[in-house]
Amino acid sequence: MGKNLKLVTDPLNLNNPITVQILGICSALAVTVKLMPAVVMAMSVTVVLAFANVIISLLRNTIPSRIRIIVQLVVIAALVIIVDQILKAYLFDISKQLSVFVGLIITNCILMGRLEAFALGNKPFPSFLDGIGNGAGYAIILILVSAIREFFGSGSLAGFKIIPQSFYDFGYSDNGLIILPPMALIIVGVIIWIQRSRTRELIED
Amino acid sequence: MKLNTNSNLYTFIYASVLVIVVAAALAFTAVKLKPMQDKNIRVEKMQNILKSINVHADFDNAEDLYKSHITNAFAVNSKGEKLTDVKAFDINLKFQIQEKIDKRILPVYEAVADDGSKKIIIPLRGKGLWGPIWGYFALNDDYNTIYGAVFDDKGETPGLGAEIATTWFQKQFVGKTLFDGNKFVSITLYKGGKGSAEKAGDTKHGVDAISGGTITSKGLEKMVKADWLFAYKNFLAKNKK
Repeated sequence: MGKNLKLVTDPLNLNNPITVQILGICSALAVTVKLMPAVVMAMSVTVVLAFANVIISLLRNTIPSRIRIIVQLVVIAALVIIVDQILKAYLFDISKQLSVFVGLIITNCILMGRLEAFALGNKPFPSFLDGIGNGAGYAIILILVSAIREFFGSGSLAGFKIIPQSFYDFGYSDNGLIILPPMALIIVGVIIWIQRSRTRELIED
Repeated sequence: MKLNTNSNLYTFIYASVLVIVVAAALAFTAVKLKPMQDKNIRVEKMQNILKSINVHADFDNAEDLYKSHITNAFAVNSKGEKLTDVKAFDINLKFQIQEKIDKRILPVYEAVADDGSKKIIIPLRGKGLWGPIWGYFALNDDYNTIYGAVFDDKGETPGLGAEIATTWFQKQFVGKTLFDGNKFVSITLYKGGKGSAEKAGDTKHGVDAISGGTITSKGLEKMVKADWLFAYKNFLAKNKK
């Protein structure tokens, strides 16, 4: 039980896919301008990752090793397309904002990384937990970055105005720079810095 | 018997079966969800059309409001002649803009605003910096004065080009006229931040461009001029009061 729990909690901090494994950076930069799309993106990645992990884990003894990567890719691509179609049908507004980035989950390194490193060698249930854990680890960073960027870039959170109009009347203006992708990289960098300096296990010599 | 998962035959069969299963699953989802997705696109279009006459519809009441406010939809050609046998709502502007101006089929909507007055809605289509931009002009009964404008984009830069989708930008168009006397001049965007149209002395046909969104602003100006709206010139001139 403790081992299974570790599968979920480890990726949140000590083995975070973005800040420690440095996987899936590209989408973390692209979809973190506003909070809501980032939340939906994180959920989509978690769902795809959990199910892809389970499917690959179920198939792990039958997959011919020579076409292993192709099989993983087909499974991921199929799941991503299904998620994309569901978003288009039920969450149309958000799917428009995410546009191509849902499709790009296919190329998100977290997915291939977890399938190769974990699902191919473990039973379905631990694989499922590993998927949920890594998805959640990805989600934490995405939500943190997007909250910072939406707050300073647009003065709102999840679409609600947080910074009052009186501030703007005094001459405060939103920071346009923070909306652009380079600032996302810098924010992720700062998060990695803070995390590393506070976590003893991650400090390298 | 232990299966040899590395034999050529096994690999081949495995790949084939996998692909067929996946293809079937995807085809099934696509077919199942298609009606919902089409409805989303239709409703969004209705919401945008209604927004140009200041009617704000949500997902559930868009279709009803559309029925009660849009009285007629038809298509014209660049000479201003009405075309028969065309469903205006289903015309895809994406393909029309690729045609030469005299070959285009141009949709027009007639509407009643909440105050009961008659409006003419002209859809717009153009190119921004990163992708297509589009919108609607609602004109008063004189086929000249702009009553309302909405714009939207596929992927303009948030905070810069994407500002065309904001109210402050769209409000500027209200009350502007497309004709100067009998000459079709449409709307010009002036660079240089807020108040630059006024500085240039063009209060009838000029609005302020978006600072930092120069290419999107230029694209939008082309959309309301030669690239798209000029095709409607004859139709509007014929009916102008």
